[in-house]
Amino acid sequence: MEPHEFPQIEQQLAPVFERHGREAHWLLQILREAQEIFHFIPSAAITCIAAHLGVPRTRVEGVAGFYSFLSLKPVGEYRVLFSDNVTDQMQGNPELMRYFCHKLWLEPGKVSEDNLLSVDSTSCTGMCDQGPAALVNGWPLTNLDHERLDLIAELIRNRKPVCDWPSLLFEVKDNIRRSGILLGEPFESGTAIRATLARGSVATLMEMEASGLRGRGGAGFSVARKWSMCRVSPGEKHYIVCNADEGEPGTFKDRVLLNSYADLVCEGMTVGARIIGATKGFLYLRGEYCYLLHKLEQALAQRRVAGLLGRNILGETGFDFDIEIHLGAGAYICGEESALIESLEGKRGRPRNRPPFPVTHGYLDQPTVVDNVETLACAARIAAQGGEWFAAMGTAQSSGSKILSIAGDCARPGIYEYPFGVTLHEILDDCGAEDPYAVQVSGPSGILVSSKEFGRCISFEDLPTAGAFTVFKRGRDLLQIVQNFVHFFAHESCGFCTPCRVGTQLQKKIVDKIANGHGTAYDLEELKQLGHIMQTMSHCGLGHTAPNPVLDMLKKFPDAYQHKLKDLAFEPAFDLDGALETARNITGRDDAWAHLP
Amino acid sequence: MGAPAMSKTITIDGKNVPFSDGQTIMDAALAAGVYIPHLCHNPQFEPHGSCKLCVVSVNGRNMTSCTMPAAEDMVVANNTPELNSDRKALVQMLFVEGNHICPACEASGNCQLQAAAYYLDMLSPHYTHFYQPRAVDASHPEIFLDLNRCILCELCVRASREVDGKNVFGISGRGIGTRLVVNAASGRLGDTNFAATDKAAHVCPTGAILIKRQGYRIPIGQRTFDHKNISEVQMEPDHE
Repeated sequence: MEPHEFPQIEQQLAPVFERHGREAHWLLQILREAQEIFHFIPSAAITCIAAHLGVPRTRVEGVAGFYSFLSLKPVGEYRVLFSDNVTDQMQGNPELMRYFCHKLWLEPGKVSEDNLLSVDSTSCTGMCDQGPAALVNGWPLTNLDHERLDLIAELIRNRKPVCDWPSLLFEVKDNIRRSGILLGEPFESGTAIRATLARGSVATLMEMEASGLRGRGGAGFSVARKWSMCRVSPGEKHYIVCNADEGEPGTFKDRVLLNSYADLVCEGMTVGARIIGATKGFLYLRGEYCYLLHKLEQALAQRRVAGLLGRNILGETGFDFDIEIHLGAGAYICGEESALIESLEGKRGRPRNRPPFPVTHGYLDQPTVVDNVETLACAARIAAQGGEWFAAMGTAQSSGSKILSIAGDCARPGIYEYPFGVTLHEILDDCGAEDPYAVQVSGPSGILVSSKEFGRCISFEDLPTAGAFTVFKRGRDLLQIVQNFVHFFAHESCGFCTPCRVGTQLQKKIVDKIANGHGTAYDLEELKQLGHIMQTMSHCGLGHTAPNPVLDMLKKFPDAYQHKLKDLAFEPAFDLDGALETARNITGRDDAWAHLP
Repeated sequence: MGAPAMSKTITIDGKNVPFSDGQTIMDAALAAGVYIPHLCHNPQFEPHGSCKLCVVSVNGRNMTSCTMPAAEDMVVANNTPELNSDRKALVQMLFVEGNHICPACEASGNCQLQAAAYYLDMLSPHYTHFYQPRAVDASHPEIFLDLNRCILCELCVRASREVDGKNVFGISGRGIGTRLVVNAASGRLGDTNFAATDKAAHVCPTGAILIKRQGYRIPIGQRTFDHKNISEVQMEPDHE
């Protein structure tokens, strides 16, 4: 038998089909499980799944080829993915990955000859405050160092199942350093729902309006408006979705909310469901956080027992609502709400054409609300304590508090909750940032802020943020940081529209060229022009924001790249020495004579 | 024209263009004889909105005209130097992304990508070529599939799904790895039920899908875009 023939494939997949039925919108969940069984998605599995679901083979292959954690080629029985977020990079992950590969005689991106192991990098795993981090078969490894990697190598060599590895390796801390109204005050399950039922849906919606609550995912759309639009949209069913696809590099606040405040989040969903008239909700959990699945399922089960989910919630006849968890599989774009809905439907995470918007045509074309984890937690607090109480905090356009995920060059990385309006100075003092030079606010898609701007404040009026706050001290190579960001966007572009699919690649190539010392003034102009095309012609927010770090660097940090530029007006992108790399790899040489002078 | 239902109008570059509810900006423009450059759009199929050539400025905001419903009071800027310059950049991106060797391509003169490049005054590819290795599939007895020339417009995907009812084509991969796939475990076109008479065999705007044994039947110099501008051809009803 060939190593990748699967004569028993039907029997192997039978329990998966049993669990998920024949609905095509379970496709992604089915493929996730197939990946676990076979360590990749064999062609035969695609055929088998397509037949089972009654969809064309191309549909299954399309989804299997889209998500990073699914693979059409075999990966190792043990798949170790090092997080390549900029903070992991600063903490030494590239060197650790080389060390690990060297130790196990393996090349990154390849599978060992005995199919035991493969090693690669992956986008931010959301462990920036306790990196360097990696995933092994989907489980998060934190605080990596040589010693831990030695242990991991030993465990893999001995073929010890990941579930039997020492739990210390998988320890994930909350690191809550500063709490406010959301994280600091106790919350008794059911109080928000009780208050909503007592007050009535319309009155609760008015509390939301009075609170001024805006979406915490970055865009800042009014929650009351979104909910009322969905509430009045005609449809057979309404849905509420919790967007826990926290993919923005540097963000990890939703991980903490789901780990320690799941009840508050579920309560927010239930209040929302009551208001928009939904009987079904989804929690879309990013694949990197699948280790939380069991705990979340338990939280849901407890709520069902307590009468806070299920039929006739808290004895209210006809108030039926339940939550189902869907797992992502490694795709940043699925944080975009319409791509998330596509993914929930078991499709490629491709942002939809809008209009129509999800509030009228969302999941299965029905009116759907998609809200960020933190937004729903806020909504629960507001339902329980009223809108005015919430609006008393923050600024005119930004009421309430904001949870920041702080990482990078600071003594105390972790979770900080501030009232909106807090200045960067204050935050940097609190987290123990030493000689800060720049801060990336809201991740690569956000704003790169220079030290001259540290008087600015976190708010929708000034510096809106989805939560990432990455600190860089003086002396950090900002060009290298921006290079990391543009590689991220090129990797995560969904590939649908021309300006983003090709533009993110071109941007990556030009930044690499500058970083490699071949850039000229001409390339800077090219980057500006490319940035303009991506910002104005792209299909969705990913393309619109992908040039942000580059454009911010060009505008605010000339020192970061100018010394790298050549004096020439133009230098070709073709790198003669680079072209010899293949020959060097084949001959195993990297000495001076194997390079051009 | 003159349908009484069409009392609503938008303006495109100062010209009043009538529309009826449900029409996109592109629909209204085509019906009124106003040309908006496009590659992935073909009125015979569901709008797609991926090539982005048809982006126009609506009341100062960029929108994709083939998917955006027309609405009263829209003031649309279309044929402006700024937009045409951005469109040219998009065509250049498509040229460097794939492997488009016009002088050696059977589709030359019938190719909408090439014709759009002429229309937008593209004189060079400008960007660095990607030179991505892409496969040629000659397994089908009647049809070549040359992915070097695929621009991912999904017209064949839509035609096969919507008209032929076959789903011969689909899209897999992500980002720059996005690729056209065919409905066969072998990955070969010859193992699908694709036929040369299918609609999907005749909608490719470039030369990615070619009927065999037809090469150079019409000599260079006598082909569609040798005589007409793309702005004229794409305005003709049922053009292919």
